Amino acid sequence: MNDEKKKVKPTGRMMDGNTACVEGALRAGCNFYAGYPITPSSEIMNLMARRMPSAGGVFIQMEDEIASIAAVIGASWAGARAVTATSGPGLTLMLENIGYALATETPCVIIDVQRCGPSTGQATRPGQGDVMQVRFGASGDYETIALAPWSVQEVYEMTGRAFSLAERYRMPVFLLTDELLAHLREVVDLDTDVEIVERPEVHGVPPFGDTRTNAPTPMPRFGTGEKLLVTGSAHDEWGYRRTTDPAVQRRLTERIASKVIKDRVELAEVEEFHTDDAEVILVSFGFSARSSHAAMRLARDAGMKAGLLRLKALWPFPREAVRRLGSSAERLVVVEMNRGMLRREVERVASCPVQGVHKTEGEPIHPREILDVIQQR
Amino acid sequence: MDIGEYLRQEVMPTPFCKGCGHGILMHAILVAIDELGIDFGNMLFVSGIGCAAWIPSPHFAADTLHTTHGRPIAFATGAKLFNPELDVVVISGDGDLVSIGGNHLIHAVRRDLDVTVIMANNRVYGMTGGQLASTTPHDRITATTPGGNPERDFDTCRLVLACGAGYAARYSVAEPVNLRRVIKNALQHKGFSFVEAMTICPTQYGRMNKMPVPSQMIEELKSLCISGTRAQVMAGDAPEGKVYVGEFI
Repeated sequence: MNDEKKKVKPTGRMMDGNTACVEGALRAGCNFYAGYPITPSSEIMNLMARRMPSAGGVFIQMEDEIASIAAVIGASWAGARAVTATSGPGLTLMLENIGYALATETPCVIIDVQRCGPSTGQATRPGQGDVMQVRFGASGDYETIALAPWSVQEVYEMTGRAFSLAERYRMPVFLLTDELLAHLREVVDLDTDVEIVERPEVHGVPPFGDTRTNAPTPMPRFGTGEKLLVTGSAHDEWGYRRTTDPAVQRRLTERIASKVIKDRVELAEVEEFHTDDAEVILVSFGFSARSSHAAMRLARDAGMKAGLLRLKALWPFPREAVRRLGSSAERLVVVEMNRGMLRREVERVASCPVQGVHKTEGEPIHPREILDVIQQR
Repeated sequence: MDIGEYLRQEVMPTPFCKGCGHGILMHAILVAIDELGIDFGNMLFVSGIGCAAWIPSPHFAADTLHTTHGRPIAFATGAKLFNPELDVVVISGDGDLVSIGGNHLIHAVRRDLDVTVIMANNRVYGMTGGQLASTTPHDRITATTPGGNPERDFDTCRLVLACGAGYAARYSVAEPVNLRRVIKNALQHKGFSFVEAMTICPTQYGRMNKMPVPSQMIEELKSLCISGTRAQVMAGDAPEGKVYVGEFI
């Protein structure tokens, strides 16, 4: 016990959420960053510019967000673990190429530091309005993975996790933070485990998957003699463009969706607080989940049976957890800095009444605002 | 080496229309690579959307990245910066590279990105049905300018030279030997190099401008192109209806 106490964690460091993104990415082996400045994500880029060269990677400031994500995808095919960071309006510009990354099964990480919108909105103020943009923003049918940390420690860890998921599922993975988390300073333990998924060198394997299992095949790399055919048009397992064959398009659409759906339960991570006996359960994510947690404690102190379901991943949506708690609780209250994006999903699966605490004025949600709704009968 | 060995024979013949100039350009590129003895297996061909983007993808038996409309240079930037050992060539059309993708073009020049960009300029949007391009000459008929193009066209060589391109050249598919020569020089240039291949689209541009027969369009190219220098291109003083061709270094 005494020995335990003597152990000083040498890696604990005070930092903000944007810094934690950079530390988490570099820890996960990130070696390519392309981006374009946008508030409130810019510190990620500034720090990447300083850190990336000494980490042996490549940093480039591109001419816009369209070019940034394009460079990230190009670098990924050249063998990089690539990332970009942006905010809502920049993400909108990236969407077409994100669709390209989905269709071509390109691993990459996109950090979205959400701000208050729509449009330019309030650039320095928080929002959580990109819930649906990351889910449905690009054209066509697909599934996405979007992680939603609520602390600086978790920003650090989940950035690393985003890289391993991107590699494992061969797809773009979103990390959704917000202006509050981006500039919140907390002590972070940097000495945590990070899974690094290696890209094995493979030759002569169809780059776009086994036609029988739909499982992702190892990510190949340019310059290894594979004569890769990469296209955003409908393509077969070797990459040949087949733009009028229904079976080829069906297989492609099915393939990029099923790899996520297959592991949906595992990917849709949640954390529960006092849900066992709760009559009112708050459902939230990101910074709003912190307000919700505080509100839950206030309610408990006042003798009310309140609980919290915190979503660690928004997509795939944790349908099972919401359905289960929707049948055990009397009410669910969704807390988010938008006009009800997550609430809509919760309403789709919950059997009990669903209320919401929504705020779209660039201010965080105060625990008392949530408490008011908990107290309503 | 037999040029056929650079092609994926299983996708031949090409999908290009009868009389399309892209076949001549494709041949010029492959012969240039062959004569230089570049390792085809180490080459990456990046293209955007449009007919010209299909020159490398899927025909070339090398790594190919067929990207989104207008963005091939941005994709190429990421690949080249991460692996500078790759020989990266962008092949795409005028609509792709100078209209929707114009911003990426000028920034790649400014960065002196070590890639070669080969722009097939047929002066029209071929694949989508003959609409106005930013390279369509003044007064010419397109699907979206039935009364003639009221605007000026871009001289893309002049544009990239103004941005500081170390190498820019222009020839038409009516002069394939010169075209091949400048492609070779562009591929050997260290830093950003640009080749504009003036080409023909009898199906769209030709039919709408009273040149439905490919040979008529080749004749037009021959009369259109006059020899010029870098200084002349940058001065933008070509006589009405004429285009300077040459190696602008």
